[in-house]
Parts: sequence; C-alpha cells; structure tokens
Amino acid sequence: MHIEVRGVSKNYNGHQAVANVSFSIERGKLIGLLGPSGGGKSTLLRILAGLESPDAGEIYINGKLVNNVQPQQRGIGFVFQNYALFKHMNVFDNIAFGLTIRKTDKAEIKRRVDELLDLTGLRGFEQRYPHQLSGGQRQRVAFARALAPRPELLLLDEPFAAIDAKVRKELRTWLKGLISTLGITSIFVTHDQDEAVEVADEMLIVQQGRLEQQGTPISIYTEPKTAFVAGFIGHSTVVEEPAALRGFELTKLSQGTQAIIRPEFVEVGREQEIAFPSAAAKGTVRHVFFRGAHLELDVQVGDTRVAAHRSLDQEPLQPGEEVSVLIHRLYVVSEQSAVMVENPLKVDPLPVHI
Amino acid sequence: MKGSKSRSILPGFGLSLGFTIFYLSVIVLIPLAGVFVKTAGLTWEQFWDTVTNARVLASYRISLLTALAAALINLVFGLLIAWVLVRYRFPGKKLIDSLVDLPFALPTAVAGIALTAIYAPNGWMGSLLTPLGIKVAFTPIGITIALIFIGLPFVVRTVQPVLQDLDKDVEEAAVMLGAYRWRTFRRIIMPELIPPLLTGFALAFARGIGEYGSVVFISGNMPLKTEIAPLLIMTKLEQHDYSGATAIALVMLVASFVMLLIINYLQWRSNRRVAAV
Amino acid sequence: MAGAITAHLSEKASQRPKHITESPVVRIVLIGIALLFLALIVLLPLASIFVEAFKKGIEVYVASVTDPDAISALKLTLFTVIIAVPLNTVFGIAAAWAISKFQFRGKNVLITLIDLPFAVSPVISGLIYVLLFGAQGMFGPWLAEHDIKIIFALPGIVLATTFVTFPFIARELIPLMQAQGVQEEEAAASLGAKGWQIFWRVTLPNIKWGLLYGIILCNARAVGEFGAVSVVSGHIRGETNTLPLHIEILYNEYQFSASFAVASLLVLLALVTLVVKSIVEWKSSSQQEAKE
Repeated sequence: MHIEVRGVSKNYNGHQAVANVSFSIERGKLIGLLGPSGGGKSTLLRILAGLESPDAGEIYINGKLVNNVQPQQRGIGFVFQNYALFKHMNVFDNIAFGLTIRKTDKAEIKRRVDELLDLTGLRGFEQRYPHQLSGGQRQRVAFARALAPRPELLLLDEPFAAIDAKVRKELRTWLKGLISTLGITSIFVTHDQDEAVEVADEMLIVQQGRLEQQGTPISIYTEPKTAFVAGFIGHSTVVEEPAALRGFELTKLSQGTQAIIRPEFVEVGREQEIAFPSAAAKGTVRHVFFRGAHLELDVQVGDTRVAAHRSLDQEPLQPGEEVSVLIHRLYVVSEQSAVMVENPLKVDPLPVHI
Repeated sequence: MKGSKSRSILPGFGLSLGFTIFYLSVIVLIPLAGVFVKTAGLTWEQFWDTVTNARVLASYRISLLTALAAALINLVFGLLIAWVLVRYRFPGKKLIDSLVDLPFALPTAVAGIALTAIYAPNGWMGSLLTPLGIKVAFTPIGITIALIFIGLPFVVRTVQPVLQDLDKDVEEAAVMLGAYRWRTFRRIIMPELIPPLLTGFALAFARGIGEYGSVVFISGNMPLKTEIAPLLIMTKLEQHDYSGATAIALVMLVASFVMLLIINYLQWRSNRRVAAV
Repeated sequence: MAGAITAHLSEKASQRPKHITESPVVRIVLIGIALLFLALIVLLPLASIFVEAFKKGIEVYVASVTDPDAISALKLTLFTVIIAVPLNTVFGIAAAWAISKFQFRGKNVLITLIDLPFAVSPVISGLIYVLLFGAQGMFGPWLAEHDIKIIFALPGIVLATTFVTFPFIARELIPLMQAQGVQEEEAAASLGAKGWQIFWRVTLPNIKWGLLYGIILCNARAVGEFGAVSVVSGHIRGETNTLPLHIEILYNEYQFSASFAVASLLVLLALVTLVVKSIVEWKSSSQQEAKE
C-alpha cells in the first residue's frame, strides 16, 4: 500500500475537523477527495502534507510512519488553491525553487525545468512573471513547480476552483492525462462532484470530518453506502414518506424512514408509454426545465414531488398535464446506511427483502 | 480606477478641482515659488559662496548623515517591530501598536526636551552612559536618537500592512518545496518586503533631513559639529540674512523634491504590482 | 508621507501553523528586542515628561499651567487650530472628490503636489512666508504701507500651520475614496439625487471614519507644530507664542519643571489622539468587515 492513513483525528478549538479517518491508496492512483465545503477535506490534505499535525492517528508513506517527519522532508508536492506562486520570481525560478533548495547543480536544474516547461506547455513563458500569466497558465506553473523535485505524492487543494468554467474543463482533461502519464500518486480536493467523477480513479467522500465512502466513481454512484453519499452524489430528491408511493406500500417500510430518489429512477409519461402501467401512479407535471440534452420534469405524486428526466425525442409534456409516474427503485436510507429497493409491483409480487 | 468614463454623470468636477488648485496655489505653490524668486535675486557667485561655506557644508553633512543613520536603524527595528506586531501574539499587543504612533502625535518640541532630559549627563540614560565614556546629548548621536524617534512610525506603518497581507500559502508552498524558516524568510518573504522597506526608509530619511523641533534641544547647536541645516536657516533669519537663509533652503528643497519623487515612484510601482496580481 | 496609513492588526495573521512561524525561543527573543527598543525610544521619553513635570511638586505644576502666558499661548494655539483644520478639511474633501471621482490629465502630478508640504522642512515652511510677507519680503513694503501685519503676528502663524498640515486630510481621503469607486454615487445620481445630496447621503457616510482620522492627525500636528511657527511668530510673550513655543522659552530660561508641565498638557492631547485613532481604526475596520 503506498499511502496509509489510520484513525486520524484533528480538533480546532472544539470543532472536530477530521474524525477518525482511515483509508489506503495504491501507488499511481488519482484520488478525488470530495465533500461539501468546510467538511474537513482540506484539513485532511494538509495533515497528509505535514502542514498540520493530527491529534491522533498514523500516516504511512511507503510503509514508513511519517507523523514526525517535517513537511520539508516528506517528498510531497503540493498545489495550492490560489497557486501561491512566488510573485517576484519568473516562471523559470518558480519551477526551479524546489531544486535550488536541494542544491541540485545548475545544469541539472536547467534540464529538469526545461522538461517541465515542455510537459506543461509553458515553453516560451519562462521569463514571464506570475502577474503576466493567465489563470490557466498560473495553474500550470504551480503544477510544474510542485513536480520539479520529483515528489512521491502530489496533493492538489481545489486545483480548478479559481479558473474560469471554460478553461476548467480543458485543464481537467489535461491534468488527468498528465498524471496518468507520469504515474504519480495524486490526491486532489474538490467540492464539485462532476469534477471528481470525471477526473478521479477513485473517490473519497468526506463529510463533517468523517470518511463516508471510498470507491470508484461508478461504485459510489450505484452503491452509495450511507444516506449522505446517496443524497450528495447525483441529483436526488429526498422523500419523507416512501411507503406512500405506489408499489412501495408493499415493502413494509417502517414509519419515518426516509428515501432518496434519483431522476433516472423515475419514468414519467402518458399511460401507454410506461412499461409496467400497473406499477405506475397518477401524477401531475408541475414544471418542465430544459436541460440541454434532456428535459427535467418536476412531478407531483400524492404529497410528494420528485424530479424525473425525459428525452427530447419523446412527445413533450406540458405543465399541469396528468401523467403516469413509475418509480423503478429508490434508496432507503437511515443514519448509517443506504439500501436500494426495487419497486415490487414492477417485478411481480415476489417478496422483497430489505 | 478604471471603469469611470471620460464624461462622468457626477457633479462638482469643476468646483472641486477648481478649489483644489486655487487653494494649493495660494497656500503651497506660490509661497514655495517665492524661494526660487528670491534665490534668483542672488548672483551665481553669491549663491555658490553661501551654500559652499564650510559651516553650511558641515550642516548639510550632519543633517544627511544623522538622518541616514537614523533611517537605517529604523529600517532594522521598524521591520522587527512590524514583524512582531503582525505575526506573534503577546499580552499588551494592541497597546504597543498604538504606542508606535506616538511620534506622529507628540509635538516635536516636547519630544525634543524629553529626549534631552533623558540623555543629558545627569539624565536617566545620560547618567548610565557618561561613566562609560559615551556622550549622547549635544553630539551627533543625540541628533540621531531624536531622528530615530521621529522616523520610527514611517517604517513600521509602511511595512505592517504588506506583512499582514502576505499569503500564508506562499510560505507553505516554500515549505512543501523543502525550504526551512530562514531560507523562506530570505527568498520568499524579504523580496515582498523590500518595496515597503524602501518606501519607509525614504520617508524616514526625508523627514529626518528637515526635522527641527525634536533636534534643536538635544543637538547643542555647535557650528561645524552639531548644527543641522534647518537650524542654520533659522540662525541666518535671526541675523536678517534672508538671502543666505534662502540659498540654504533652496538646496534642501531640491533635495526633498527629489526624495518625494523617489517615494512616489516607489509607492506607484508597488501599488501597480499589487494591483496586477 | 503622513502617518496616514491605517493598519488594523488582524488576529488571522498572527495565527500560524508551526511550520510557518519561528521557534518559541526565537519568538521570545524577537518580541523582547522589539519591546526593549520601543521602551527606550518611545516609552522612556513619555514617562520622563511627567516625572520632570512633577519634580518640584504639584504647586509648581499648577502654577505653570495656569500662568497667564501659558493660558494665552493655549488660546493662540486653539485659535490657530480652529482656522487651519477646517480649511484643510474642506480642501481635503474637495481634492479627494476631484481626484477619486473623475478622470483627468495630470492627476498624478496633482497628488504629488499635494504631498509637497510633507517633504518640506518645517523651518522652510515658515521661511517661505517670511520671504513673501516679511519686512523685506515681496509684499512687505505694501503690507507695511497698509499697516497689515502677517509675519510676527497671528496670520503668519495660521498660514504656516495650514501649510504644514495641508496634506493630512486629503492624503487620508484620496486612497479611501479611490478604493470605494464611483458606483454608489452614480447609482444615487441615476436615482435623481443632486450634487450635495449625493455627498451628504452617500459619500460622507462611507468616508466618515477616514475623514475623522484625517482631522485628528491634522489637529495633532497643528497643535504641536514648532519649526514653522517658530520662524514666523517672533516669540512675543503673551502675544505670538503658541504652546510649543512657550515650552521652548521656558526650557531655554531653565524653568525646566514649568516647561515640562506645559509639555505634559500636549502629551495628554497626543495620548487622546492615539486613543481616538484606535477607536476610529476599530470602527472603520468593523465597518469594512460588515461590508465584506
């Protein structure tokens, strides 16, 4: 195991920023550390870097305990949210800084910086100062600077947060490509799930200082383990009384159980369009939103409102229209778990175990 | 200040600019021009003889050297005080912070007599230093101490905001790249502080050259030894030697204008850099 | 070039993880040196004034500060301040309005010219008025003819004080108003507000703390000005002596206790200035935080 974190906790003036977090990461993986703002992601990253010391727990890099190793000695590259470039140094000197600290000889520094300039597409900019660069270029300099001393591990704190939405997409793809070419183990913090899903090999979902789930983007999306993850990942509607929904009255859900429904779990249409009309309930279209590739519908079923998608190829529905609503499945959630439950009416009246 | 168009919809441009220029001219520009007019009444030889007189040259030298020494000392201690105030926590910090402004608020004559009382041979510090053979009052050292008092806030107050706004990130970036404290200070923090330090130094130096009230009491005013240039102007005036006084003043004025231009250039340059990033 | 830099100590900057601060020993040593330096250079003179003032007992102190010459010096100082400070306040607001709300050529030159009095030695600030209005000055003969006294009289003292304190308020307001931009004023104008309405209802509330701060600094300097006033006053006891000049005369006559007693009054004023300044800084920073 390349990186291993065991039982790490950190308190700030009574606020539990990181609570008993354990995970391990294999060499060469690109990890997305995802969670809401203020959830402890950045603190966790800073603890890995050695910029903060944990109150409890151990951190191993290559099997070696690094708790008492100073950040200067950990061999970790760090890309800061606002890049933290050295304003008074040009691009070349920024990138070379870590090498000059290590007393690398001049020719070797030149060779390494040149290599990174080519890698990051900054060739020709080496004499520029940070204030003469665009946001994307600054990001690349920060990246090159962190990579120059050949770190074992690269940490990136919200690397795309300060960049225009347009350039951001381009940079993400570039970064993913670059990291996979270099094969360097990397962890990046983000609060944007699209970004995490798109870029990461594996995701760590962190909330209120706790690690909620670790896994590939697909596994986290399809098999959320906790209520938080089920609600946080993807677009979803929280349903207070799932037992009132057509089909789910058979599932013997206890009173007060909550459920989460994703739009793709819901089929909405005129009666003849629905595959299992017997499993569908009557509902009313409240709003129709155009979402580019598809339409999003806000539909009222009984006392519940759910979101659903509809293809642009299908016949359009109007607000106020009576429709059939089939809820294929939902996540029944409790404090610590999320379990998927299929609509029993859809599959025949066979008993379903929760 | 971009974004405002050449024709603003706001009123009062003519009135406010007109009054500004009028008042500036009446209070500052026309009276200052008087110095040049008056000097123009002298022949070149008269002017040259006045300003190259041994006593005058000595006074320039004393003013320049003591102001330079005081500004250099303030550069070091001003940086230290700003650093301590911004970065460390200790009891009474707010109070100490206000105390730094005292030299701005205290009348110079009051500072002058107080420093003289302390450093006179029978004063608190004087009685400690005299047995060691160190004379402060009525020597250039005394003048320098008065100018340190006067100039201290300039350095502290120009460095402090810059130090306060330095991003922690940048220092942490240096740490992650392997730099320890001293190297981070030298290579990362110091380059950011050099512009405000230069500005603070220039301000303290300019103020020191012209300072009068805090210096006259402690200097002892011995010609060729502890007589500063502003005092010499005063002496010439008391002897009704208006041309002499004006000639000395002209040289000082030109020197201060040059300083002022340098200071404004420094501030303009650092503002531009801050604005650009 | 004034002390017109408002720097509010923020708590944030002093909370630092251990890798970006010094070791405790280094910290304590640095704090120690800084405090020792301040104690020697600033605190010691401050303390000495009160000690010297009360050296000969409270009676001498009271007698010194209630001496008719001291009272008349106080009156003259107040009178000077009452003229010079409002003049410079009006100027400061006008200059800051023109410079911060409009674009015109030569703006930087104008800002530099406003700074000029800071760069001029106080003695020269007095000298320039002697050269204009003194007996041998340019307007001297004409003034003598019409029996108008400026030099060695009140007008000269007011003029010199005004010159010395000229940039304080403008210097405080210009950066403040430049940072605030013109959006709020333009919004008010587009809603139909007229010139003075815009100023009183939009601009003034935004700049009031900065303005107050500038006035306090201007006031402190006006009260304490020594060099420039010394040149133009003529040192006529009971007539053209301001408080700082009175202190000098007493000192030169070896009436040290009396001199320090009067000085202690000015020290109190300086301390009040510092307190008000702290309050203003605190108010303006909390106003700023509320806006952010």
